[in-house]
Amino acid sequence: MKKRTFLKGAAAAVALPLAMTGPAFAQEKTKVGFIYVGPINDGGWTQHHHESALKMVEEIGEDKVELVYQESVPEGPDAERAMTQMALGGAKIIFTTSFGYMDPTINVAAKFPDVKFEHATGYKTADNVSAYSARFYEGRAVMGTIAGHMTKSNVLGYIASVPIPEVVRGINSAYIHAKKVNPDVEMKIIWLYTWMDPAKEADAARTLIEQGADVIFQHTDSTAPLAAAQDAGNVIGFGQAGDMSEYAPSPRVSSIIDNWAPYYVSRVEAAMDGTWESHNVWEGIGDGMVGIGEISDAVPAEVKAEAEAMRDAIAAGEYHPFTGPLKKQDGSDWLAEGEVADDGTLAGMNFYVEGLTGEIPQ
Amino acid sequence: MLKLEKRRQPSQVWAYLAPVVAVVATMVVGGLLFAFLGKDPLLAIRTIFWDPLFGEFAFYYRPQMLVKGAPLVLIAIGLSLGFRAGIWNIGAEGQYIMGAIAGAGVALAFYPLEAWWLFPLMVICGAIGGLLWAMIPAALRVIFGTNEILVSLMLVYVAEQFLASVSLGLLKNPEGYGFPGSRNLQQYPSAHNAELITGSGMHWGVVAALIAVIMAYILLNRHLLGFQIRLTGEAPRAARFAGVKPKQLVLLCMGLAGALAGMAGLFEVAGPSGRISIDFNAGYGFTAIIVAFLGRLHPVGILLAGLLMALTYIGGEIAQSSMGLSSSAIQVFQGMLLFFLLMVDVLTNYRLKLAKADAA
Amino acid sequence: MDLSAINPVLLVASLMVAATPILLAAIGELVVEKAGVLNLGVEGMMITGAICGFAVAVETGSPLLGFVGAAAGGAALSLLFVALTQYALANQVASGLSLTLFGLGLSALIGQGYVGKKPPPSARLDIPVLSDLPVLGRILFSHDIMVYAGLALVAGVWALLRFTRAGLILRAVGENHDAAHALGYKVRRIRILAILFGGACAGMGGAYISLLRVPQWVDGMTAGTGWIALALVVFASWKPWRVLLGAYLFGGVTVLQLNLQAAGLAIPVEYLSMSPYLITILVLVIMSSHRSGAPASLGRTFHASQ
Repeated sequence: MKKRTFLKGAAAAVALPLAMTGPAFAQEKTKVGFIYVGPINDGGWTQHHHESALKMVEEIGEDKVELVYQESVPEGPDAERAMTQMALGGAKIIFTTSFGYMDPTINVAAKFPDVKFEHATGYKTADNVSAYSARFYEGRAVMGTIAGHMTKSNVLGYIASVPIPEVVRGINSAYIHAKKVNPDVEMKIIWLYTWMDPAKEADAARTLIEQGADVIFQHTDSTAPLAAAQDAGNVIGFGQAGDMSEYAPSPRVSSIIDNWAPYYVSRVEAAMDGTWESHNVWEGIGDGMVGIGEISDAVPAEVKAEAEAMRDAIAAGEYHPFTGPLKKQDGSDWLAEGEVADDGTLAGMNFYVEGLTGEIPQ
Repeated sequence: MLKLEKRRQPSQVWAYLAPVVAVVATMVVGGLLFAFLGKDPLLAIRTIFWDPLFGEFAFYYRPQMLVKGAPLVLIAIGLSLGFRAGIWNIGAEGQYIMGAIAGAGVALAFYPLEAWWLFPLMVICGAIGGLLWAMIPAALRVIFGTNEILVSLMLVYVAEQFLASVSLGLLKNPEGYGFPGSRNLQQYPSAHNAELITGSGMHWGVVAALIAVIMAYILLNRHLLGFQIRLTGEAPRAARFAGVKPKQLVLLCMGLAGALAGMAGLFEVAGPSGRISIDFNAGYGFTAIIVAFLGRLHPVGILLAGLLMALTYIGGEIAQSSMGLSSSAIQVFQGMLLFFLLMVDVLTNYRLKLAKADAA
Repeated sequence: MDLSAINPVLLVASLMVAATPILLAAIGELVVEKAGVLNLGVEGMMITGAICGFAVAVETGSPLLGFVGAAAGGAALSLLFVALTQYALANQVASGLSLTLFGLGLSALIGQGYVGKKPPPSARLDIPVLSDLPVLGRILFSHDIMVYAGLALVAGVWALLRFTRAGLILRAVGENHDAAHALGYKVRRIRILAILFGGACAGMGGAYISLLRVPQWVDGMTAGTGWIALALVVFASWKPWRVLLGAYLFGGVTVLQLNLQAAGLAIPVEYLSMSPYLITILVLVIMSSHRSGAPASLGRTFHASQ
């Protein structure tokens, strides 16, 4: 018995790509796999992917799709195994929801040509691998507008996570729009080198507040900065990843919400009816991937109206948050009057705009 | 009151029976945990222990056990030599990181060179990276008598910070759109530690781990040095009379452990992992300490313990995605297994006796 | 760059807050190590304390009861370490590492129902009049109660080790357990008490993070603090007041680093974060030449028959 299984296994191993052209047994439900980098209740990045996944199942119907997931998967060989395991288990489409899964996703996808893969926040694609990402900087433009109006000390604090283009875009976008409505603002930035470490986030928020900041932006996932803002009083902040409405109406005056559900629904349906094609998309407020949480009553009505107008203009494609004239930090020209940043530059953004102090850590 | 009495001779029976008892106990208690969480306990136990070995997709999981187990075994073998001699290097995680950085650094410095000698050079540099990192606590102990447990542990944190620094700076992939992390060595043919036979899981790290097991066995049983190591651990004073030079032994054991940990790091970064990144290290260096003790510091025991650990990792992952068990439940289950394995070990060297009062 | 934005008074005040969790955990581990036991499971006990304290505080509405629950939770987890190392005579290093693995998983299991909840707020102890004093008022007299509890614990442990018979016995057990046994001291019982005390302190340190410093429950939220506490004991060369000094130094490096960044100073964060560990190694080296280092029996298994 043992020996036979082994021989069968060895044969299948050699013929891995061929053997895996479909689930081993007939199955009516479509299996959808998700690989998460954190625990599903982290309150931030992973939780919102998971909630969107659950919403997707609800929307398409529990009788049609089956959700399988694995949480806290380290980026690297463990991720590769987790994906392979799902593909072997008959998953038809697999979402890998962290940048560090990019190369493993490409590797595994090569072995399972009939399984569709969707990798979040990366830049590599293949015939059966799509990349998807959200234009969070659009949301930051709205938050920046609110911040510029609301600050009394004219000092804004920004808790930045890991120095990658996405975070740099957020900083630039928030700063540009705060400055536009309030030329006196300055921004203090702290890099934490982590996406989620509540204690460090709390310390960073307190430090920024002690140094005079009365608006705290965060690109990290926990509610610790909002708790610190509440503790200090007279300081506002924004929800990140989720609405964080438990801190509304103040300190949380609005939020940037990761809303992956519409995308997940459309991609899973495409995989089910055979219309799935590889693409590389970057969706924003207009597509519904970036949500703006309700702007609370702590914000004056005219500021709220202005912020909502900006949100709608971005959604309608009438306004791009990176529209010239804009200069880089060193004073060199970046965008001329009316010129709009191209996606290529944005994707690899590694410079601050004019007016920001400090350096991006290298 | 129960009392422990030291056996004159370690019990042969218990040496073999103890691990079985521990695994069975873990299955029982773990099963209760899974039942408490509302999952079918029998199915969970079967998924964790049976499916990776004999389940439908065992052809994939069996090789994966080698991939997961090899670094654990390789590091644990190195550590066990020192542990036997009473030399406590618990900083293998740091040596693993530094080995990976040194080896990958060499490869990236030559990018995109195509040469057969690059990979062997990387292995040597990986070993040297780990060795030098281990030499810091070793030298401090030899020269100043500084406690090597603590220095080697401190150096893990230093290595982690250094890893973050090179991921963001020195070794960052220039074509990586500003994301931290190095180029992927899997796409750099002469630096890639590929599978030797496709689908077998056998890469050079697995080969090295097996060689290390054999060499350690020979060393401990057939070689004067192995005798010295064992003697130093069991009877330090007698060892000195027997001509053992303790300082040399410290340098040698720490150096060997560091070199093997460094090599493990290199094989991992050049093979399964592919990249130097901020969180490249996944705790192999610490888990290997547990593996070394589970294997009772014996080469063959370590091999089995490493495979057992790999089995629970892989089985646990399967249980997560196929049964919806949370990763924390799996972690608790693994913790239980370790507790039971460590706990029953005592029966090899001691016997339980009824006594009137607690003497200690 | 604008260093004038850094307010030294606030800096000192916030480093005291940042230092408290490691201070609590480290003073507990110091007692454990003084008794000759090396428990590397501090991280596991801290995270268990963090969730137990959080759960109790949420259920009862009292942060103070939360800290009691945290101490109980940490001590309960350390009982496993007791069973392993004091009864089954397992290796302490391996047992401690397993304890951390187990504690991380267990806390996440317990915590599943507590994600996204807010704990009851803890009042800051604003002592009237005194807290309004310039400079000193903010630094010394307006913290939450646990900051003072940490200081009191340091003083208490120092007095215990230095002036009491119990402290003498504890040290004797740690220095030479065979001799202590021969003198009729109950080595195992003393060590068990020390381990439980260490567990309770680590638990409170964890709860300080989940109840006061953050306050929120997140899986794995202690994020390596327990390991820093271990380093701290060594840094302090097993002396209580130096634990305090070290905690403020470690906490200070963290807070200072954030302040310098916010002030716009480009600093290599990684190298600054390394510095406490490098300093610890340096301290170890200096200490080892004075021959007044670790308890002599540290990490060694004791069995009465030997």
